Amino acid sequence: MLQLAGKRLVQMALIMATVSLLLFLAFEADKYSLAGKVLGQYSSQDQRLLWLEQNGYNAPFVQRYFTWIFNAARGDFGESVQFATPVSKLLKTHLLNTAVLGGLVFAITVSIALVLGVLSGIAEGSPRDRSITVLSVITTSVPEFASATILVAIFVFWLDILPGTSPFSNGLVWADANQLVLPVMVLVIYNFGYYTRMTRASMAEVMTSQYVRTAILKGLPYKRVIMRHALRNALIAPFTVMILQLNYLLSGVIVTEVFFSYKGFGKLLYEAALYGDIFVIEACAMVAVFIAVFSQFVSDIGYTLLNPRIRFS
Amino acid sequence: MTDTTAEQTNTPESSSGMQRFFKSFGLLRESWVGMIGLFLVLFWVSIAIFVDLLPLQDPLAQTRGVINFPMLSEDKHGVMHWMGTDDRGRDLLARLLHGSRVVLFWSTLATIVAYTVGMIMGVTAGYRGGWWDEIISFFGNVLLSFPQIVLLLVILTAFGPNSNIGIWMNSTLGLDKTIVSGALIIVAITFSTAPQVARIVRGIVLDLKTRDYIAAAEVRGEGPLWIMLVELLPNARGPLIVDACLRLGYVIITIALLGFLSLGLPPPDPDWGKMISDGRQWGYNGLNMMLWPALAISSLVLGLNLLADGLREISLRD
Repeated sequence: MLQLAGKRLVQMALIMATVSLLLFLAFEADKYSLAGKVLGQYSSQDQRLLWLEQNGYNAPFVQRYFTWIFNAARGDFGESVQFATPVSKLLKTHLLNTAVLGGLVFAITVSIALVLGVLSGIAEGSPRDRSITVLSVITTSVPEFASATILVAIFVFWLDILPGTSPFSNGLVWADANQLVLPVMVLVIYNFGYYTRMTRASMAEVMTSQYVRTAILKGLPYKRVIMRHALRNALIAPFTVMILQLNYLLSGVIVTEVFFSYKGFGKLLYEAALYGDIFVIEACAMVAVFIAVFSQFVSDIGYTLLNPRIRFS
Repeated sequence: MTDTTAEQTNTPESSSGMQRFFKSFGLLRESWVGMIGLFLVLFWVSIAIFVDLLPLQDPLAQTRGVINFPMLSEDKHGVMHWMGTDDRGRDLLARLLHGSRVVLFWSTLATIVAYTVGMIMGVTAGYRGGWWDEIISFFGNVLLSFPQIVLLLVILTAFGPNSNIGIWMNSTLGLDKTIVSGALIIVAITFSTAPQVARIVRGIVLDLKTRDYIAAAEVRGEGPLWIMLVELLPNARGPLIVDACLRLGYVIITIALLGFLSLGLPPPDPDWGKMISDGRQWGYNGLNMMLWPALAISSLVLGLNLLADGLREISLRD
């Protein structure tokens, strides 16, 4: 167990190191172009050279990389060109907003998916199973920006009961909670289908297993077989997959944040990409990859802990 | 993939390969979900191919004073706009239908490129094993650890049409702006999609590798390249066809998404994602302009997903 955790941690560190090197190569290998991006395209050659000199960019590449990665590890990603504030400060507020949105979406998606997945997995091939499967295929086919358009048409322009943007100009206060409804709805609709199908597949597999058959044959009540024998084993695989999917959820969160102007991590990254705010892009990409790699780690360890066949082997 | 199956049909004993392939599409009739999917996909594909033959307005012609018209409205020149017009007075129906060609062309091309790269990576990692596997899988994991959009944003900011590379391709190589954007988008999508394909192919190949016919091929003295391309890949096609359908759907979403994020193909060519983001600036008046492309892309992707679902159902049956 500890050995597995250690191995995974080493892999995690290797991936983070490679990603950071690739990012640094992509954005900072050409220091003259970097100076142009930071100082603006109308800055003079002398200004750029002076800036490079002052900020230690004339050091060798390897030394620059290690300075950068060392600072990044301490949370210092430099200063945003666009907002003239430290990147870490921007990241903190935006990540918090995204955590609120993402957490809500994850909780709701998982609850819906578990209920629907179990309901359809119990009776594989039944009309209920078929309709749940088709429903989840339909909802996963509508990309976030399309479903956002359709939902805005319905709830904002037709019924006029929800706001169409979520800027949260007064901060994340309860009075503005209705601004969260549409973004959450969009993300839940797009994501629950996949989770449901995972749960369904796992549940269906467990239902055909021998221990469930034995439990039924020895005369246990059906409800008890489902709750005590099937469910607990069926939920291991979907649980780990759902955590693994945080990566994909984050992708969707970015689109939704841009659509609804929600001041989160995704909007920060997107605007930085359009503006060419290099340090913000680097920081956001590093954070995103860290979240992805870390969730993979949690998922692997979780799977081992939850599955007794692996835990005791 | 197609040429390897074609190769198989040359030898007499497996001449039913292509027939079986078409027969499996015939089996699709048994799955009504798959049939609906096939219908939707064929609908958009035929529109994309034959759009020039349809009696449509010019998708690029801007008409003054005909801005943001609702659907079924007639302008002062007596021209009927079935779906209304956009914010530059262009006919939405024409743009929507012409847009299907743009979307399908670039997404199919991107999927083919990404699939080719992914299959080569996967089959090499799976069959060669050892260091090949370690290195390919590691780089796959590095790329997969980016959320897809983050990876696309990073690649298109660092190497996109406005970067030094994009400008060089445009000015020095003299390539058209659309081609430069399209090529760079394909590269970005390949980076994000090929590792996923490679992972699937690798899994299948690890299983196929232990079969007797591979051992027989090795004994016959066939080279590793021949075994990978002719023995392994054609036999992995079943799950890959299903996956390719799903993957094409994702790529379509991604390309439209890049358009929506204004990182896609340059204007004025109609692009469904760009149409949505253009309409967004107009609030209620732009709603009509946003809804049609949203429905179009949803129906196309839904078609592909249903088709994949039907194909999977059939392949599981026998």
